[in-house]
Amino acid sequence: MKVILDSGQIEQVLNELGNRILSEIPVELDIAVIGIRSRGEVLAQRLSVQLSQKLGKDVPCGTLDITLYRDDLNSPNVTTQPLVRTTEIGFNVDDKIIILVDDVLYTGRSTRAAMDALIDLGRPKAIKLAVLVERDGREFPIQADYAGYKADASPGKLVQVNLVESDGKDEVVIE
Amino acid sequence: MALKRKSKQFKWLRKHLLGLRELSAEEITYILDTAEGFEQISTRSVKKAPPLRGKVVVNLFYEDSTRTRNSFSLAASRLSADIIEFTKKTSSVSKGESLLDTARNLEALGIDIVVVRHNAGGATKFLSRNINACVINAGDGFCEHPTQGLLDTYTIRKIKGTLEGLKIAIVGDIAHSRVARSDMWAMTKLGAEIIFVGPPTLMPPQVRQLPVKVSYSLDEVIEKVDVINMLRIQFERLGGNPFPSIREYSHYFGLTVERMKRAKPDILVMHPGPINRGLEIESEVADGRNSVILEQVTNGLAVRMAVMFLVNQAAAQQK
Repeated sequence: MKVILDSGQIEQVLNELGNRILSEIPVELDIAVIGIRSRGEVLAQRLSVQLSQKLGKDVPCGTLDITLYRDDLNSPNVTTQPLVRTTEIGFNVDDKIIILVDDVLYTGRSTRAAMDALIDLGRPKAIKLAVLVERDGREFPIQADYAGYKADASPGKLVQVNLVESDGKDEVVIE
Repeated sequence: MALKRKSKQFKWLRKHLLGLRELSAEEITYILDTAEGFEQISTRSVKKAPPLRGKVVVNLFYEDSTRTRNSFSLAASRLSADIIEFTKKTSSVSKGESLLDTARNLEALGIDIVVVRHNAGGATKFLSRNINACVINAGDGFCEHPTQGLLDTYTIRKIKGTLEGLKIAIVGDIAHSRVARSDMWAMTKLGAEIIFVGPPTLMPPQVRQLPVKVSYSLDEVIEKVDVINMLRIQFERLGGNPFPSIREYSHYFGLTVERMKRAKPDILVMHPGPINRGLEIESEVADGRNSVILEQVTNGLAVRMAVMFLVNQAAAQQK
């Protein structure tokens, strides 16, 4: 196990992500942040606090459960049973710029599922993808609009993001 | 907030839902937790999600039903399954085809989930042993109606927060009620105390062996309970003369405005439907502020989606 980002570095990467989002999206547009359960949810909350402070206006935050949209639900090879949880988005996504947040971008399959799930909720003006860590191994034509740290991890390795809210401490490790 | 879910590491393994008696408290909680995730599908712009895309669900109903059959149909649609509606009256059953032959023929069409209602207790268990598809019991004889038991439990948990320590009266024709049995199994497993209330003629013969208290007087229990579930008098199943007259039954066991004055202010009034207004429950009570009868119907949709999703998951992983 190797630590690739410690808590200070995670804060710094998130801060840079926030700045890049604000430099590219005009302030007059409606922005909302939506995190993919479960680590993306925590990152989205932090990002929405940061963006709200920097913009001086409330940037709403929601949580998306993508289980029902996974493409491996009927596959006998799934080792862990998918767990359906709630989607909690207390605002209308129509005509908003949605910053979709996930912890790690790897195959792109979660992002595909999340986009399908989001579109069933309404018609956002745009969906932008922001991730804390990206690594090689895309299986779908998907890339991040705002990628934080680029991890050099070989295919069999697991990149694990731990966060205070869910895991007790902030760090990103390769196992 | 994040990660509040209790049943995190649990794995659901059953490809059939035949009854609640055989389920553990953990399994019941897992279904209820899963159902929470399905509630929002019915409230958003596209009321559909894809997990059963390409699957076929058969509603195999040998008894009449409005609520349950429509609820299963809509739940299957919302999960993107295709549905075959089978009712006894318009099928080859009237030509003498047996349950198993009918089911095997439907299976030859490539079905994945069978939702069965049958007047014989144990019919669904029999079917589950003889076909490959997932079987969901939608009511068998006087045995069980597990999805009703789950949606009743879900409704109570959603409003009261927990079943633990609640006193719940189930009133009326207990002897002929599969709802009473499924409610009893689910709710006692989650820590509630169940009181069966009704005339002795409408109590099941072995009632003393069940994990419930029994009372023959609604007036004695009305003040004590947190939830009251009023069962329908099932005229189609009643033989003999279990009570002298409808008026007398209503007088002793009907939930009236007068009786409600003595109940706890936050009592939940439930009814599995269809209601005989003015008989087991007065209209003002059925439509009153303590009534959650229509919430039960709405929650039933989420619970049935969860059950179909889970049995299909279990089947996929046993391939």
